[in-house]
Amino acid sequence: MTTLAELPLGGRAVVLQVTGGDEISLRILEMGLTPGVAVSMVGSAPLGDPLEIELRGYRLSLRKNEAARVEIELPASDSV
Amino acid sequence: MSHSTSSKTITVVLIGNPNTGKSTLFNALSGARQQVGNYPGVTVEKKQGRLRIDQQDFTLVDLPGSYSLAPRSPDEMISVDVLLGRRDDVAPIDAILCIVDSSNLERNLYLVSQVLEFERPTVLALNMQDVAREKGVLIDVEALRNRLQIPVVEIQANRGRGIEELKQELAQAAHQEPARPESPFPEAFQEEVAFLERIAKEHSRDLPRYLVERLLLDTGGYLEPILDRDIDQGIHEAIQEARTRLQKAGCPAPGVEAMARYGWVSKMLDGVASRPSIHRTTWSDRIDKVLTHWAWGTLAFVLVMLAMFQSVFYIAEPASLGIEKLNSWLVMAAEAVTAEGALRSLLVNGVIEGVGGVLVFLPQIFMLFFFIAILEDCGYMARAAYLMDRVMSRVGLSGKSFIPLLSSFACAIPGVMAARVIENPRDRLVTILVAPLMSCSARLPVYTLMIAAFIPDIPLFGLRFFRLPGATMFGMYFLGIATAVVVVFILKKTILPGQAPPFVMELPTYKLPSAKMVLHRMLDRGFAFVRRAGTLIFAVTVVVWAIAYFPHHESQISPGLLAKRSELQHRIESLENSDAPSAETLLALAAKEKSAVEAKIAGEYLKTSYLGAAGHFIEPVVKPLGWDWRIGCATIASFPAREVVIATLGVIYNLGEDETDAESTSLQQTLRDAKWDGSDCPVFTIPTALSVMVFFALCAQCAATLATIRRETNSYRWPVFTFVYMTTLAYLGSLATFQIGTWWLAG
Repeated sequence: MTTLAELPLGGRAVVLQVTGGDEISLRILEMGLTPGVAVSMVGSAPLGDPLEIELRGYRLSLRKNEAARVEIELPASDSV
Repeated sequence: MSHSTSSKTITVVLIGNPNTGKSTLFNALSGARQQVGNYPGVTVEKKQGRLRIDQQDFTLVDLPGSYSLAPRSPDEMISVDVLLGRRDDVAPIDAILCIVDSSNLERNLYLVSQVLEFERPTVLALNMQDVAREKGVLIDVEALRNRLQIPVVEIQANRGRGIEELKQELAQAAHQEPARPESPFPEAFQEEVAFLERIAKEHSRDLPRYLVERLLLDTGGYLEPILDRDIDQGIHEAIQEARTRLQKAGCPAPGVEAMARYGWVSKMLDGVASRPSIHRTTWSDRIDKVLTHWAWGTLAFVLVMLAMFQSVFYIAEPASLGIEKLNSWLVMAAEAVTAEGALRSLLVNGVIEGVGGVLVFLPQIFMLFFFIAILEDCGYMARAAYLMDRVMSRVGLSGKSFIPLLSSFACAIPGVMAARVIENPRDRLVTILVAPLMSCSARLPVYTLMIAAFIPDIPLFGLRFFRLPGATMFGMYFLGIATAVVVVFILKKTILPGQAPPFVMELPTYKLPSAKMVLHRMLDRGFAFVRRAGTLIFAVTVVVWAIAYFPHHESQISPGLLAKRSELQHRIESLENSDAPSAETLLALAAKEKSAVEAKIAGEYLKTSYLGAAGHFIEPVVKPLGWDWRIGCATIASFPAREVVIATLGVIYNLGEDETDAESTSLQQTLRDAKWDGSDCPVFTIPTALSVMVFFALCAQCAATLATIRRETNSYRWPVFTFVYMTTLAYLGSLATFQIGTWWLAG
């Protein structure tokens, strides 16, 4: 299963689901990473973590271990 | 206009996501008529403004910026309680003003969908039209108004556009029936909410529908203890049953909320707002590409930080010097109008030094907050946290703690205040508690004096440019950082446990900082410090002055010294009237001798004061640190501010006051010559000097910082805790330094 943490730079994907039901997962959902939403990877901080992504027309940063809770589906045509 | 003018003040709350220009709108609406305080028991700022629209008085209550009204802590509960009218200190609300970022409607409407469930008249302000236009976001405002069934006003808060129209809408909305929008939740969920409402009623508990929804969704269990008096076993069990049924129905709590609300948002925006499917590169994106680049971004970050701290030191320095000049001028004025005695000493050593001691921090605080306000307002602050998160998360904090801790190297007071940017209450508290461990500029005089007097200037490892004094200075800074790392680790394991907070953070669009906003924030925070901290620091300084001054009887002074003084006084008077050619030289000589005698008398007064007695009393405690009672005295006297230790050491070792500063070679010589009472052993050895430095590196001898912690945490518990833990560490560190140092030198 691919997660958002593995999405390469510039890659696009669609969110399948967010695993876990704790505060962190809730926060991820509240910020708009709900099933069906399109995301793209904008970049990462100098030490490779956290990540910067774009969704719903805005920029969001989250750590790799948080992004690993977000399961994604890569578009068939766009596999890098 | 014939509005029915009622005498009652209308209460409106202002709510919105962070980075939507909410503070700018608050200032634009209420101008200078603002009241800032704290809600009791939490760290949330209580901000209210007044405004008048068509002869009607309004109170505007500013709620903290938040992405969601799903309370998980007492701090977050404040907003919900205010909206529900459940607080005694805020009038029940008549209307809600909700501000959103037009360029980011999808995520902003999530909060709106929650706000609408409070069923109060609501006005929506669409801010940041310019950013939306640049991103190519198109909004059909009329259609949005029809969909949401609430007034929608386009504004540009930083330019004051749309404010008048917004005021008119507010004035009208406050008298109208609220819209009753359809619930965003699926049928099954609504049924369970209705079921729980019924149960609550049967148990004669008055729970508003919004809280019932929250209880059902709050699987983390934060809410039930907070709503203690409204929940009983029956309700608790009913909630559990309802959640099980929801799970089976395929809409499990808590995930169902985000799904349902974002679903609702899509429905509201469908055909009403659109953004280009292919991302349009804005100038904000271009800037971001550079500022978050692994090399350029890091370089830019270092440059920004350097520029900030250079300015704090070098721009604030002349202002600080100016304040010190003003102080010495005031001292002269006080000496001119008062006679020698307790009143003069109170004015000079108590009041002027006490208040002045607070004011010298002010230029630094203003400068630092000026920069922080610019960084916050332009959107860079979030990037700084993003860049530093990896490093900071290694020690158990997040990137957001970086700026507060870095600021603390200049001064812990603005550092502690800067911790406001950390939303997670636990992380904010941990950051505040360790901020005073960073070696601030007030420690420098202590380090400088001790190093210059006692640390031999020898090269280390045979390197000409790497010498022992510099390494010692570095060691003191490093000691503070290393101790902070350990303290964070222990705090997170013991009294402030919990999961590492998520770092799910919006990176807002860059924008030009508004001068008005930056000035407002700088002055607001600066004067908050003066108002609240000033009184306490002043009181502490006066108490310390009193114990160092009294009892102040001439009987405390040895008769020989007093006789010498009056003899010198006579000699000076007769020389002043004499015409002899050598009179001038003799006069200078006599004056010099007299000031030496005065210094000795001042020293004797101090030794026999209550402070001196306290120093003798604690000598057994400080002796294992290699200190005599005089260092003990100076340490007690420096409770209001660390740097006072130098002046006190000067007085206690009988130096005239003019000769006492850290650079003064005579103070260094005096300290080198100091002997233990009744023996020939020098007080200061290298281990003693190091032990004093370690103590001052780790102790919390700064009344201003403690007063600021009291204000920022809104409790006396945390400043007391800070003082106790830091003093304990300082004592133990100092003890270990002296004992190990002595043993090592002996062996």
